[in-house]
Amino acid sequence: MMKLLNGLIGWIDARFPLISTYKAHVSEYYAPKNFNFWYFFGSLALLVLVIQIVSGIFLTMNYKPDALLAFASVEYIMRDVQWGWLLRYIHSTGASMFFVVLYLHMFRGLMYGSYRKPRELLWIIGMIIYLALMGEAFMGYLLPWGQMSFWGAQVIVNLFSSVPFIGQDLALLIRGDFVVSDTTLNRFFALHVVAIPLIVVLIVVAHVVALHEVGSNNPDGIEIKKHKDANGNPLDGIPFHPYYTVKDGLGAVGFLIIFCAIIFFAPDMGGYFLEYNNFVPANPMKTPEHIAPVWYFTPYYAILRAVPPMFGSQFPGVVAMGVATVIFFFLPWLDRGKVKSIRYRGPIYKTFLALFVISFVGLGWLGLMPATPLYTWVSRVLAVVYFAFFLLMPWYTKIDKTKPEPDRVTSK
Amino acid sequence: MKAIKKLCMLALLLMVPVLAVASGAEGHLDKAPVDLKDKVSMQRGAKLFTFYCLSCHSASYMRYNRLKDIGMSEEQIKKDLLLPEGAKLGSTMPAAMDKEAAKQVYGVAPPDLSVITRSRSPDWIYTYLRSFHVDSKRPSGWNNVIFPNVGMPNVLAELQGEQELKVEKRDGHETKKLVLAKHGSMKPAEFDTAIADLTNFLVFVGEPAKLVRYNLGYIVLGFLSVLFVLIYALKKEIWKDIH
Repeated sequence: MMKLLNGLIGWIDARFPLISTYKAHVSEYYAPKNFNFWYFFGSLALLVLVIQIVSGIFLTMNYKPDALLAFASVEYIMRDVQWGWLLRYIHSTGASMFFVVLYLHMFRGLMYGSYRKPRELLWIIGMIIYLALMGEAFMGYLLPWGQMSFWGAQVIVNLFSSVPFIGQDLALLIRGDFVVSDTTLNRFFALHVVAIPLIVVLIVVAHVVALHEVGSNNPDGIEIKKHKDANGNPLDGIPFHPYYTVKDGLGAVGFLIIFCAIIFFAPDMGGYFLEYNNFVPANPMKTPEHIAPVWYFTPYYAILRAVPPMFGSQFPGVVAMGVATVIFFFLPWLDRGKVKSIRYRGPIYKTFLALFVISFVGLGWLGLMPATPLYTWVSRVLAVVYFAFFLLMPWYTKIDKTKPEPDRVTSK
Repeated sequence: MKAIKKLCMLALLLMVPVLAVASGAEGHLDKAPVDLKDKVSMQRGAKLFTFYCLSCHSASYMRYNRLKDIGMSEEQIKKDLLLPEGAKLGSTMPAAMDKEAAKQVYGVAPPDLSVITRSRSPDWIYTYLRSFHVDSKRPSGWNNVIFPNVGMPNVLAELQGEQELKVEKRDGHETKKLVLAKHGSMKPAEFDTAIADLTNFLVFVGEPAKLVRYNLGYIVLGFLSVLFVLIYALKKEIWKDIH
């Protein structure tokens, strides 16, 4: 039996780089041995991607992308399809948890300088994944065809119409109609189910390939490739398998405990994961009093609302919102610090990072609230803090008093 | 790790002013005594629902035979709920009144109630149904404290009786109070229980899977916890030489 299996593997390996790929990416990919809690979120993001794709496939089997049938088909899934309610909750919880994991993964990058040389491209590819997933989530949210699906899409697509000159045509191109309609639902379905997942899977592969090319960063922000043993393997590195397969497995089970607790005990998460108003079928004639996007978009939504309209156009706010997402791309070149990791950074960087976290969380909360004058002013202050973190970075990372980096990784 | 802890503390401290901004009061709702283990209560609710609500509202995603989940037999569903002759148990619950006709009478089409406890809340339903009062200015003769100028009349008046709205002004504050002016066939406490039953039933209608979701959740979490212990032990074993 073993002989037969080895023969088969040999046969494949003569025709396909099976063993060498396995070695390069799994059994002989050397990762730093000092990964901490924050290093779980990369593999968890991959896990959630798989969960979303698999649950999504099964949902597609019973969902109907038709303005007259969509809402009812979701309720059909919730009631009449065997385990349909479970699939739907897995998928809706997965959407929110994807962003939880992603934001923590990105924050890890900020803390340990994972975007710095030689990982600039790795960071950029990651940011493209993030933007693609925002599109994926936005389009997926239209599919249940509830009030929030409809009006959320209406508000976001209208943002594009504020672009000077081409705005109206652009919005028309996105909607395929003059208002959000059955046509819009159909094309969003196509994009959500086929186009964007295809792109996401491809760039996730690129992300992993790029990671394995340059090697993982670590909480000390130093390069383990500087010190190698006689075989050319990093002294502070350990093979991904079995060390990190089992450790990430532990992380995955820990994550699934939280994930399943939400699915089974609080799938709507008090209205944050599934908005209450989305249990009302879309009604183009009736605008809800308060339209708020789902929580993972609200920091940017708050920035949008914080910018006052100029010349009767919302465009400046739209630009601010766009810049707030795209500015992450430039981090590798904005950071002039001598060290990568927060462990050896000075007090100024730590303060700015703390302020950034507060502004991001604060804006996220404010984006959920109705825009009162007080809230708008708080949003403005926080938006300035948000941008200051990036725009002042070349200055404050340069003057900051850093501590000397260790020669070898430390375990704390 | 120390730096991270400090950072988190700092973040928390600086969050305080942001959080302080976050407070506001909403209209008071009574807490609905929802108990999905109480199937008898849901069965009573089902009767109230079919007798009163289904006259005008539909529950077009809910099938009659799903009521087996709350312990009703097919015979009971047919008999207790007075299903018309020849009605199929596998069909969804239609409104007795035509939607267009209802719109003519009440000014608005009565909404479908399949997921009403999910779009509103159980507390809202429980409070709303007990907050009708007589109002001669309204075409239906009824108004509601929770949903002002609602098109719906108090169809449960024969049970509840008639409430009147008393507005008291004290130190510039207005307090609204509902006073029972005319008794119905039920005592106030009985009526509250009836509405609790109805709300309980509507929570079930909103998500029938809720009856199994929690129990399944405990099993899944139990399984994952055991798996967590095992994989933790495996990780310790594999990592024992890494320092």
